[in-house]
Amino acid sequence: MTLVHRRLSFFVPAAVLLTGVLAWGLAGMPSFGLPHSDYARYITAHAAGQRHVSNIVSSVVFDYRGWDTAGEELMMFAAVMGTALLLRDDRDDRDEERRRPTDATTSDAVRTVRAGAVALTLLVGLWTVAFGYLTPGGGFQGGVVAASAALLTWVGGSYRRLRAVTPTTMVDATEGLAAVGFLAVGLLGLVAAGSYLQNVLPLGTPGTLTSTGTIAVLNAATGLEIAAAFVLIFREFLEEHVETLPAREEP
Amino acid sequence: MQDVLLVVAFTVVVVLGVCVVLTRDPLRQTLVVGFFGLALVLLLAVLQAPDVAISEVVVSTVAFPVVLLTTIRRVASVRRSKEEES
Repeated sequence: MTLVHRRLSFFVPAAVLLTGVLAWGLAGMPSFGLPHSDYARYITAHAAGQRHVSNIVSSVVFDYRGWDTAGEELMMFAAVMGTALLLRDDRDDRDEERRRPTDATTSDAVRTVRAGAVALTLLVGLWTVAFGYLTPGGGFQGGVVAASAALLTWVGGSYRRLRAVTPTTMVDATEGLAAVGFLAVGLLGLVAAGSYLQNVLPLGTPGTLTSTGTIAVLNAATGLEIAAAFVLIFREFLEEHVETLPAREEP
Repeated sequence: MQDVLLVVAFTVVVVLGVCVVLTRDPLRQTLVVGFFGLALVLLLAVLQAPDVAISEVVVSTVAFPVVLLTTIRRVASVRRSKEEES
């Protein structure tokens, strides 16, 4: 039996099986653009009344299916910690210091554009987080946008500035504490109202930033956690990039 | 109108998805996968899922390419130093 034969003998049954399962799954799916399911109808009818949200999606993410989001939060945390543990392990910080670009940006044009771009991106990120439960957006979306503002600092020419505005201790602590904060709000519901992630805060006037009770807090915690997580990933991967640069001579 | 937009968005996603698979050089693939991500953003926007579209636009055009580019660069440098040793 040659290699090609062995590969084929695996590929053909696997392909047939996959096609069968896919066709079976597709046949059972509701048709495209079908009117809402019972679950969707229930949520759209009751979310605004029960949770005082105007972005219904956020009530699903942080309340009706808040448990799923808690899982995702932990998954993100574990993935980022894994990345940090793996990449930081075999790096020598003194050696790194000699490789990091000295990059003082001398061009005024680059500096100005960078300042504008970073400020604008950060603002859009914070706005997307803050109004997450009122308009489209939310903790995850805003957090990623805010984190890319940090990345723009590097794109705009200064690696050292990026490291200066995002100290490792701060990023690590934010990442961990925000994840713990999310879980703690859930425990608060368990203790005060009898079930995990149950709302225990006043609901407020619909359409204002102080409305929606726990959704607002969970949204903010997710924003922090995700922003820190992505900044950490960017930093670790850029540090790997720095490892490929030639080391300067010791002065 | 909605139907036309949907057909266009789905077609672009399919075409660019195939392009990503057919591109063999990882460096070029990074660029193509960015465009593929933008096509997904278009599709999600047409399907009226702005929440997901916002995440996708940053993840596919900023976060993912950065991680890919730094990894490609790093792997290439490891490979180079191994060749020098041998």
